[in-house]
Amino acid sequence: MDPPEQSKKLAADRGYTFPILSDAERRVIRHYDLVHPGGGPGGTDIARPAEFLLDADGIIRWVNLTESYRIRAKPEDILAVIDRLPLGSPQPPPN
Amino acid sequence: MKRSWNWAIYAGFAVVVFAFVSYFLLFSQFPLTRDFPWLNLLLFALGLGLLWTGSRRGWRQREQYRGRIAGPTLAMLSVLVLGFFLFYNFSFSAQLPESRGAPKVGEAAPDFTLPDQEGKPVKLSELRGQPVLLVFYRGYW
Repeated sequence: MDPPEQSKKLAADRGYTFPILSDAERRVIRHYDLVHPGGGPGGTDIARPAEFLLDADGIIRWVNLTESYRIRAKPEDILAVIDRLPLGSPQPPPN
Repeated sequence: MKRSWNWAIYAGFAVVVFAFVSYFLLFSQFPLTRDFPWLNLLLFALGLGLLWTGSRRGWRQREQYRGRIAGPTLAMLSVLVLGFFLFYNFSFSAQLPESRGAPKVGEAAPDFTLPDQEGKPVKLSELRGQPVLLVFYRGYW
């Protein structure tokens, strides 16, 4: 589980501007039932890869729980889902 | 007559080693070569083909070529390396928990507050009014 300092370095290295949250106690990971027991370095518990897309009301509209941790949702797949789903985001005005 | 060096055996083994390490060092970074490791499997096939050719001529043309011991030994080692690669890719990395209790489509995402990379707390419910993509990841180590 990456501490905030490590996430800060990652964001700086790669130019990420989105929030990278740190769940040091695995509290949220456990609540979401995404614990991968012993999956981390030295047999520590980490999160399995998972992606959730929430609409503007906080309702889950799309979930991806991969069957292999090598295989994760690709950015272009998630962008396609975002284009397909009504998520309540501000729509551009019709011309 | 001096027998020639059986280069195919050593080239084959080098290709097998490259097929193994290049996945982790390079090809696993790109979805095209990561999700199904076709490029690395092709490299394994090439390496094993060279080992087969080298070992065969080491035995069949033993007056001409060396490598009667090295060929089969490195070939066996290569098969073990391939076996480990297949196990990692198709079995080990798929040993994930079932996550039956994970939130489902149509449900409200359970609220939480966690610190971001600046140490500033972020509360999920305070992001209402805009769509949110939540990505759980394994971490960088």
